[in-house]
Amino acid sequence: MSYLEYAVKSTPSGFRKFFYMNWPLTLLLISVASAGFLMLYSVAGGSWMPWAEPQVERFGLGLTVMFIIALVPIWFWRNMSVLAYLGSIVLLIFVELFGTIGMGAQRWIDLGFMRLQPSEVMKIALVMVLAAYYDWLPSHKTSRPLWVLIPVILILIPTAMVLKQPDLGTSILLLAAGGGLMFLAGVHWAYFAAVIAAVVGLIATVFNSRGTEWQLLKDYQFRRIDTFLDPSTDPLGAGYHITQSKIALGSGGWNGRGFMQGTQSRLNFLPEKHTDFIFTTLAEEFGFVGGITLLTLYALIIVFCLVTALATKDRFSSLVTLGVALNFFLFFAVNMSMVMGLAPVVGVPLPMVSYGGSAMLVLMAAFGIVQSAHIHRPR
Amino acid sequence: MKQRNPKAQGLAYKRLPRRALILGGLQAAFIGGLAARMRFMQVDQADEYRLLAEENRINIRLIPPTRGRIYDRNGQIIGQNTQSYRIVMVREDAGDVDKVIAKLSELIPLTQEEIDRAKTEMRRSAPFLPVTLADQVTWEDISKVAVNAPALPGVTPEVGMARQYPRYEDFAHVVGYVGPVSDYDLSLIEDPEPVLRIPRFQIGKVGLESKQEINLRGKAGAKRVEVNATGRIMRELDRQEGEAGADLQLSVDADLQQYAQARLAGESAAAVVIDCETGDIRAISSAPSFDPNLFVRGISVADYRALTEDNYRPLANKTVQGTYPPGSTFKMITALAALEAGVVSPGNTVYCPGHLKVGSRRFHCWKRGGHGTVDLNLSLKRSCDVYYYDVAVRTGIDNISEMARKFGLGVKHDIPMSAVAAGLAPNQEWKERIHGESWLVGDTANAAIGQGFMLASPLQLAVMTARIATGRAVTPRLVRSVNGIEEPSGGGEPLDVNPYNLDQVRKAMFSVSNERAGTAYRSRIINDEFRMAGKTGTSQVRNITKAERAAGVIRNEDLPWERRDHALFVSFAPYDNPKYAVAVVVEHGGGGSKAAAPVARDIMLQALYNGTPPLEAYPVADRDRIKEQQKRLEGDRRPKARPDEKDRA
Repeated sequence: MSYLEYAVKSTPSGFRKFFYMNWPLTLLLISVASAGFLMLYSVAGGSWMPWAEPQVERFGLGLTVMFIIALVPIWFWRNMSVLAYLGSIVLLIFVELFGTIGMGAQRWIDLGFMRLQPSEVMKIALVMVLAAYYDWLPSHKTSRPLWVLIPVILILIPTAMVLKQPDLGTSILLLAAGGGLMFLAGVHWAYFAAVIAAVVGLIATVFNSRGTEWQLLKDYQFRRIDTFLDPSTDPLGAGYHITQSKIALGSGGWNGRGFMQGTQSRLNFLPEKHTDFIFTTLAEEFGFVGGITLLTLYALIIVFCLVTALATKDRFSSLVTLGVALNFFLFFAVNMSMVMGLAPVVGVPLPMVSYGGSAMLVLMAAFGIVQSAHIHRPR
Repeated sequence: MKQRNPKAQGLAYKRLPRRALILGGLQAAFIGGLAARMRFMQVDQADEYRLLAEENRINIRLIPPTRGRIYDRNGQIIGQNTQSYRIVMVREDAGDVDKVIAKLSELIPLTQEEIDRAKTEMRRSAPFLPVTLADQVTWEDISKVAVNAPALPGVTPEVGMARQYPRYEDFAHVVGYVGPVSDYDLSLIEDPEPVLRIPRFQIGKVGLESKQEINLRGKAGAKRVEVNATGRIMRELDRQEGEAGADLQLSVDADLQQYAQARLAGESAAAVVIDCETGDIRAISSAPSFDPNLFVRGISVADYRALTEDNYRPLANKTVQGTYPPGSTFKMITALAALEAGVVSPGNTVYCPGHLKVGSRRFHCWKRGGHGTVDLNLSLKRSCDVYYYDVAVRTGIDNISEMARKFGLGVKHDIPMSAVAAGLAPNQEWKERIHGESWLVGDTANAAIGQGFMLASPLQLAVMTARIATGRAVTPRLVRSVNGIEEPSGGGEPLDVNPYNLDQVRKAMFSVSNERAGTAYRSRIINDEFRMAGKTGTSQVRNITKAERAAGVIRNEDLPWERRDHALFVSFAPYDNPKYAVAVVVEHGGGGSKAAAPVARDIMLQALYNGTPPLEAYPVADRDRIKEQQKRLEGDRRPKARPDEKDRA
């Protein structure tokens, strides 16, 4: 298909495109973000400052960015993929050299009005470049070793750079998102089986090495794993966050303790209650009903992306949409697992809800590409 | 241009929807897992987590109870709780702690000790907790701090309750004082109440405050507060008021006590007044005394040293803690033992040549030339020693000792004061047990006149006298009622003693202070309704050697103070219908008739008249002197509130 072909089909043009956007998806995003505003208002003790108001402004900015990106034809973004990827690599190098360290280990570039985390940008750029790669690659070559190696390298370069920051959480997300995209692109399952077997073997080896002379992890790293597996062993130390988070979540019960009535968050027993642990506050104040509602909203966003991806005949559009959805899924799945005590505390925010500009802006930009794919789908 | 026809795409392209659905399915499964986990935590385990959340946020804080007040028998306040001002500092509000403290110490006097202690406490506690910088601060200092508040961030004056004793020295030995709970105090109590761990919580340290601690303390209340993760109190959820300590009413008459204290002033002495009918202790004074308020505030080293280094031992409670050889005041017991044993009858006489050979030793009468022929009445009236040597040897120590116990000597009386002494009424068994020696007949002779091993406290002497006066086993009662509920009376059951014999002894005691040759004739009471019966005592604290006796016994006035004899006097009045029994001991006062009897008589009159007695109650010759004395004592008796009351120690 050529650019011309796209034009010939009755694709909407100009501002008419606006009406062809994926509106259910847009509304879902707005709902989720609104839930975020509500919780940020609550954790600030019933105040728009210091979190809710900036978050609303950033979401407004994010929506604008999404609309602009959505109106630009999808092929433009496909052509920009390599550039985006290379640009992100440059940013990662830049941040490694000149970035500011803070909040754990994530590095950012201070843009004045916001802090840009290149690793966040990379999440989307990686999805784009892989989608573009598989769009370009003739399908019969997909599973050939050499053509498998190229995307693996594309994934491993940024993963390694992020890992070095060090930001284990984001690098695992990059790895998972990249691998997921390769899976979607149709790479033979034997590769995945091999990798999974290797990972399982490695983990088993690491655990078995404990206490022997060839121990592969430091003692404190093992202790961290212990704390994760059983937070009660260290209730006031490393396990404190998880324990308090579980108490908050569990004490929410069926209906929750009521808006702004969550004692765990209001009395500061919850750590990072406006960022990584915001879901706990929601679950404490609105209970199981509130938690399931948010989870359903998230699930619906994935579903609409899936439907969009399957409806379009353009390979890049499909892959990029599914990739963004996968990224989004990984975000909230890891975050929720973490606050429920199912995963170690790795510092992954709850998408669209947690306070923080850079992650939300990047996500909105990504959904802009999804919207663009939807608007400019071949008809 | 590259071929982009979908139909030209191979197998991999067809795989996309399938793979997308597989991945979508995995995601759905994971989301389902999350939902299940959420359900498990929020529905199945909600109650457990809710409980944990409540434990997190709710703290129980104790509310210290108000300590019970102490009144005298007429409702005059003796121990109370007054507002006291202290200056506290909150570290997080102060900013530069050192600078603020330096500024504060320019305004009010702060010792380096106080500053160091406060700084240590501040380092240890949470930054939002107030730490006391200065306690018991005067109103002026509080005002200074209040006026300069803007320059003293984090410093605030606070009002608290502090124990105060408005009668100062008068009740120091009776009531004692309170002080902050020490680690030592805690170590003495098994399973201490949590309230004791409240910082600066005060408990009774000595005296009634200590002995009646449980009644006075009350029950701590509790409030449930919501705290945040750092422990700061956010709000109070509810409170359960505690129970204030019980108010105690003493049997003591504060005015009489004050008089007795003033009358004893200048001596190292003790006086006890007992109500013969109820056993109520109307006055129980030990001189010199001290100001218990000093101890509540935390006594200074200099003040404390002054108290401990005083020869007259102001901190010792001589009324119950001090034991003295009762001397001749014991003779009633010897006489009763002899009469009850049937060894003598009141009319039997003994010839006193001034000495008696008992065993191998010669025992002397206090009167060098002897008293000649003496019967019971004369022996008491003139306090003849030989009579008692003689009858005691015939009576035997075990009978005397038993009689002493019957009258409360050698028995520990159960009154809520510190270090109540049991005294000593020895018998043969005792000496063998303690000294490992057999009892000698000479010991009996010594015991007969209240010397030797014999020891009694002024309280015991007063109880003894009350029992002689009434013939009943009067027991002392210090606390009249607890929270308005009266304690059992100490009136006692009739003693197992022949009333005739008792009457003979009482008659003899009457002679002592009402007949011309009586040793206490000069301290008689003139009023016919209030006539007093008594007995003098002079107990030696040294041995008189043969050589000294040959050369003439050295007069007390010529001896150093601590070697002079103790002066004692016991009495009861009115003779016909005994109301009060009084015992007075003046340490190293010399002769009982000179040093102790007038004091006892004055206190007795004060009690009988319930105030200053008329001069007509005194012998005519003494009235001018008594008038002087009354005037002087009136001036000595301190005003109710001192002008320097609010001054810091």
